[in-house]
Amino acid sequence: MEVMSGTVTSGTVTSRTGSRGFATPSTREVVLRYALLVVVLFITLGPFLWQLSTSLKGAGEDIYTANPSFLPSSPTFDNYVKAFQTVPILGFAGNSIVVAGIVVLGNIVGATMAGYALARLRFRGVRLVLGAILLTMLLPGEATIVAQYLTIRQLGLADTLLGVALPGAIGMLNVLLMRTAFAAIPKELDEAAIVDGANAWQRLLHVGVPNVLGMLAVIAIFSFIGAWDDFLWPLIVLTTPNKFTLTVGLEYLSGTFTNNPRVVAAGTMIAFIPIVVFFAALQRYFFRGVDEGAIKG
Amino acid sequence: MTTVRGIRTRRGRVPHPAPRTPTVRAHAVRTHAWFTPWLLVAPAVLFLLAFNLWPTANAFFLAFTNVRVLSGGELVGFANFERMLSDAQLATALVNSIVYMLVCVPFLLLAPLGLAVLVEKKLPGIAFFRTAFYTPVVASAVVVALIWGWLLDDRGIINAMALNLGFITDAVPFLTDRWLVLFSAISLTVWKGLGYYMVIYLSALGGVPRELHEAAAVDGAGALRRFWSITIPGVRNTMLLVSVMITVSALRVFAELYILTNGTGGVGGADVSVVMLIQMYARGFSGNLGYASALSLLLFVITLGPLLVIARINRGRD
Repeated sequence: MEVMSGTVTSGTVTSRTGSRGFATPSTREVVLRYALLVVVLFITLGPFLWQLSTSLKGAGEDIYTANPSFLPSSPTFDNYVKAFQTVPILGFAGNSIVVAGIVVLGNIVGATMAGYALARLRFRGVRLVLGAILLTMLLPGEATIVAQYLTIRQLGLADTLLGVALPGAIGMLNVLLMRTAFAAIPKELDEAAIVDGANAWQRLLHVGVPNVLGMLAVIAIFSFIGAWDDFLWPLIVLTTPNKFTLTVGLEYLSGTFTNNPRVVAAGTMIAFIPIVVFFAALQRYFFRGVDEGAIKG
Repeated sequence: MTTVRGIRTRRGRVPHPAPRTPTVRAHAVRTHAWFTPWLLVAPAVLFLLAFNLWPTANAFFLAFTNVRVLSGGELVGFANFERMLSDAQLATALVNSIVYMLVCVPFLLLAPLGLAVLVEKKLPGIAFFRTAFYTPVVASAVVVALIWGWLLDDRGIINAMALNLGFITDAVPFLTDRWLVLFSAISLTVWKGLGYYMVIYLSALGGVPRELHEAAAVDGAGALRRFWSITIPGVRNTMLLVSVMITVSALRVFAELYILTNGTGGVGGADVSVVMLIQMYARGFSGNLGYASALSLLLFVITLGPLLVIARINRGRD
């Protein structure tokens, strides 16, 4: 990581530390800022906490009263048990993990290989490949979703988890991101490695990859979240209930339990808590990328 | 580049290279076999062909057929497009999409910028707030829509509190009124998008020179004045990018509306988004893939303009 800040953002880093004196806010400003932060915190996290609270309320507690209490009077996991009993929610979670695992692995390996070749190796056709990749940026996924479904069906993958995972397993945007990351490595390093007799694969593994770990982390995080959260595509591909991913399964659960918000709330928490823990654990890689300007949108 | 002192590799730090043979290139050292790059790009190119270019070409073809899920079809010329002209559902969906877009853009253009300015200063605990504000982005749209469905329920907390405080006498039908359900979904989209665009703005704010703020502060400009005269012009390009991104994502909205309307597509069959129509025709009772493809092409054409703008901005920034 020292390397990244040394190469890419050295200019901004010095200018930031240089102006620390100016950046020290007054007490009044600090208080105002924290007050606003807490208000926004309430808006962004409040709905999740309310759902968590509902999921822990027992059947005996009136959730429809005009004056509902925020804390459950006697917290219980009954609703979670009910959710587990009604639909195979652990199976759904397992399916989501399989899909997300394939997508993360595919993107890490596929985008790294292609990104390296496009950034660091000269070959005929590099412009053609790059142009075709850029062209795909103009296609919103939904515009090809019908044809995509036919392709998956012709491959015999309709109603399979592989069919859900495959189209997103090497994202073209990720190839471009990896290409940008590899392009930022100084040329001299490659040249030194060439002189030492390293071939392209060795240079990729020993010079390239160690210098793009930050970008790899960002891609892994977002591939995982994207696959875990996706709804439309698995909804189209999957038809057998025991193959559902969590999002499709949740819709199924809410269809069965529309009259019991407690159980639906328990189901949403089962889908939500893993992804939020995952993100919280890895958020520093993500926000470091933001500070370094890796996320452009 | 001069600041590079060493690069970490798996074998430890390699000192900054002073090339041992300064004329490496002159000797035309073979750096790699001709097929190596192709081996490296092969998986990506395979996916590009199989899951991007081929489906696109196929989508254009399918739009002129009446292929169904369980049976082959035949070419029907422009019949699918003619059908669009008299499709009342499509007209409703387009109107809804446009309203969606027009309401989302101003909110999501400005609120996240304010948030970004708020979390930019590195106060103690700011990492927690940044992560918390990003949480709705990380959650699946399905999860978020189910949560909001409960909040906005006839007997949910929002109606209960408003009734309790005497603001209303009857529950507001947030989810069962033709227009209210649309605005409920919009507020959900805005809420879920706050953190996403905040991060994009946060990244852009890093590029606004501190010196400008300092100089303005010395000249006596207050915080609001500096926000208006320095921050906004400094992130103008990002604002353009963000507004295009909001437009495109508003046209692609699906899960929020699908869940809030229990998969029915809206009150009295008033279908609420083009994407929803595509889903309905692709996988629904009729399984008319030809018409669904024609609808996807329509979506593609509508989003093409905004996406070209994004591509142009991105190229300008590289």
